[in-house]
Amino acid sequence: MNVAAPFEGIGASVRRKEDLRFLSGRGQYTDDINRPGQTHAYMLRSPHAHAAIRSIDLAAARAMPGVLAIFTGADLAAENIGGIPCGWQIHNKDGSPMAEPMHPALAIGKVRHVGDQVAVVIAETRAQARDAAEAIVVEYDVLPAAATMAQALAAGAPQIHDAAPGNLCYDWHIGDRAVLDAAFAKAHKVVAFETTNNRLVPNAMEPRAAIGDFDPQSGDYTLYTTSQNPHVIRLLMGAFVLHIPESKLRVVAPDVGGGFGSKIYHYAEEAIVTWASAKVKRPIKWTADRTESFVSDAHGRDHVTKAELALDAGGKILGLKVHTHANMGAYLSTFAPCVPTYLYATLLSGVYSMPVIYAEVKAVFTNTVPVDAYRGAGRPEATYLLERLMDVAAAEIGLDKVEFRRRNFVPVDGFPYQTPVALQYDSGNYFATLDAALETAGWAGFEARRKAAAAQGKLRGIGISTYVEACGIAPSAVVGSLGARAGLYEVGTIRVHPTGSVTVLTGAHSHGQGHETTFAQLVADRLGVPIANVDIVHGDTAKVPFGMGTYGSRSLAVGGSAMVKAMDKIVAKGKRIAAHLMEASVEDVEFERGTFRVTGTDKTKTLTDISLAAYVPHNYPIEEIEPGLEETAFYDPKNFTYPGGCHIAEVEIDPETGKVAMVNFTAVDDVGRVINPMIVEGQVQGGVAQGIGQALLESAIYDAHGQLISGSMMDYTMPRADDLAPVSVATHTTLCTHNPLGVKGCGEVGAIGSPPAVINAVVDALRDYGVRHVEMPATPQKIWNIINGGRRMAAE
Amino acid sequence: MPQVTLTVNGTKHTVEVEARTLLVELLREKLRLTGTHVGCDTSQCGACVVHVGGDSLKSCTILAVQCDGASVTTIEGLAAADGTLHPMQEAFREYHALQCGFCTPGMVMSAIDLVNKHPGGLTEQEIREGLEGNLCRCTGYHNIVKAIAAASDVMQGRRSELARAAE
Repeated sequence: MNVAAPFEGIGASVRRKEDLRFLSGRGQYTDDINRPGQTHAYMLRSPHAHAAIRSIDLAAARAMPGVLAIFTGADLAAENIGGIPCGWQIHNKDGSPMAEPMHPALAIGKVRHVGDQVAVVIAETRAQARDAAEAIVVEYDVLPAAATMAQALAAGAPQIHDAAPGNLCYDWHIGDRAVLDAAFAKAHKVVAFETTNNRLVPNAMEPRAAIGDFDPQSGDYTLYTTSQNPHVIRLLMGAFVLHIPESKLRVVAPDVGGGFGSKIYHYAEEAIVTWASAKVKRPIKWTADRTESFVSDAHGRDHVTKAELALDAGGKILGLKVHTHANMGAYLSTFAPCVPTYLYATLLSGVYSMPVIYAEVKAVFTNTVPVDAYRGAGRPEATYLLERLMDVAAAEIGLDKVEFRRRNFVPVDGFPYQTPVALQYDSGNYFATLDAALETAGWAGFEARRKAAAAQGKLRGIGISTYVEACGIAPSAVVGSLGARAGLYEVGTIRVHPTGSVTVLTGAHSHGQGHETTFAQLVADRLGVPIANVDIVHGDTAKVPFGMGTYGSRSLAVGGSAMVKAMDKIVAKGKRIAAHLMEASVEDVEFERGTFRVTGTDKTKTLTDISLAAYVPHNYPIEEIEPGLEETAFYDPKNFTYPGGCHIAEVEIDPETGKVAMVNFTAVDDVGRVINPMIVEGQVQGGVAQGIGQALLESAIYDAHGQLISGSMMDYTMPRADDLAPVSVATHTTLCTHNPLGVKGCGEVGAIGSPPAVINAVVDALRDYGVRHVEMPATPQKIWNIINGGRRMAAE
Repeated sequence: MPQVTLTVNGTKHTVEVEARTLLVELLREKLRLTGTHVGCDTSQCGACVVHVGGDSLKSCTILAVQCDGASVTTIEGLAAADGTLHPMQEAFREYHALQCGFCTPGMVMSAIDLVNKHPGGLTEQEIREGLEGNLCRCTGYHNIVKAIAAASDVMQGRRSELARAAE
């Protein structure tokens, strides 16, 4: 029988290998793991946004049933436990470093946001730990809070950290101010725009969890944690917080139920359970309640921005000036300082040729949860600002918004394109993605749909966003020069077993992306091994040599490239072994999908023949080649990758209720080469859902005292199935020019491109009401007020 | 401590619980059936949905002691003894209706009950409204809706897209 195996390589929509365990309840998420003798931790958190701790009385709590230990900040300080470190240092305009106040794992002397950890209780059961925490008596001197950036920057504002005068973290800029001023001086028109990018709570469905497990015999520590990058956690926690050498510290990130950025960072709870497990000499599990997640997971976005766009008489952009305040929250989370700088201001050129950009960013401490990267991280904020500004400017100069965009696109033959804000785009075709999206969305026929909706009493609008983003982060030397305290390469090991099956060890981490399938497809494509015989191992520092993890849509562009490099080494070694076995010269051996062949002959050896020879080296050039068939490669990218495309949203507003209904959404994205189209489509759909959530539903709202008002899933509006419409997803590929797969990344494009498309559609729907802008989220209340408070412009 | 006797996935268990123990805690911590997840603390997310007496129920909203004598099915009890997946599980895989997998058990259990309660089939809008009690942060729901529509056809003996694809 000679039935061709189904194609499983690059380009096949292979069904996911990981699904079987998730669908049958056999996933192993951190909270599903139970260690022998395990105890439970509960974090006592501050109910106040800003307060001095006068005293903590633990006596009653210590006497509660099941309590094993209670620790406070004083206990950690007594053992020289370090603060939670920040991974990126930004410098001020004057060259001085940013303010970087200590972030204690448990509060020392003061609490700075609702949810700040004050004490940890360790008990036999979770319920006992929680009961005991309620018996802890903390006396607070409540201080005035700076809940917003405006409050924090005001004269006489409450001072959150002694080390950050005026609550300023940094005052940074990029671009040439003098050149910009000259461009503005000769502008035909300057369009000004102000906007707030709403603060979001990532809300991965799996709450954070951590298990610390110290082995008193060996002195080894193991941390199981809900992380997107276990090696980074090992490095940060081991080297900076607990002072444990890497060799004695294993970090396992097993199945992780979504991250979206919020599980990149090293969180205090990880250090606390790891340290405390050595104190109580038993494993300790901590799992967040959702309420805790709201007040302890890093939030996203939260920018307030003023921008001006200078245009010539022909509708060409002359320059862009941006002034942004970015909220850091109460402490610096791991990547926080780079988000509103090198992941935001460097993207302000968008898909457009702009001669000059000047951007200044003030990062501000407030009495709120720390803010860090959330799906897209900086790039959604840049895209939203620019794509709203493009619509506003087109209206003000009386130019069609699509034509205005086309007129300013980087031309098709303009790549590589050097922006005025550091980045160099390697490839793209913004006209192609635009045209495809206009066609799919039925842009030309929209007016008929608007009229039909109007006949039903509905307001219909259509909105467009053309965008580019930078991901596949990132060249180590470049990010190092910009303040990163780490390299951003990735690591891959290809282990070909004696009988030809393959284990891949990767430093990338899958928490929904489907790596176990996509990465196996890379191996199937290159080495010809069926994906059923390819196992992907990730998320365990004891198994994987090293890794920088998954964020910034880097798994395939950087992690996949490392695997390709390692496979190249396998093939090179395999050719030498094959040459020996077939008595040929190594230059005459070719390899394709699992078969080594002497060029121009029918002499062949399979990969399995070679691996068997490598592990059973009886007939083997042992003097020249080591036995075994396993190779590791580190891949450091040469540039960021630049996915881009066009998103078009169509909405319908019910003027009676102000509710915005999504009726259609079209995404045409250039994500480079597509390995698994089904997975790419799923990534885009999920990203778009989060973008629509930001545009219409979600907002983390603090009151003036720093209490999080939308602090539960009853109050924070997560998108539900009936809030969303089907998303039409298509791709148009230009290859990345600098990585071996030609891939760009698809994890964040949906969340980056979609919010301005939705708001542009909302503003378009409200065109008769004289509306220039609607802030996100465009809630029914906001829209109803516009409709009922606004001036009706239409002729009636 | 109170004692509860209940049947889970066909097996009878007698368990000592605190009066305040929730059904989901009994399942996860006493029976180690960790396929049922906890994603929130306000009964909003639906990650903990199981079947009690054949009806879908958020197992974080009921005390274990209220389930004395009940028959409970969890995600672990859906597949046939030989490992054959339930049509809903199969459809979720075929339509890429899961990513991180955390909401998936509750989503599948809700979806099966939704289909069972609509023997005449479901429109897309009915499926979307029927998923009000289940949150997913990864997929944008679109593929979940498609999977449920397809599984509904299989479960109710209609000629389905899945069947057509297989032919």
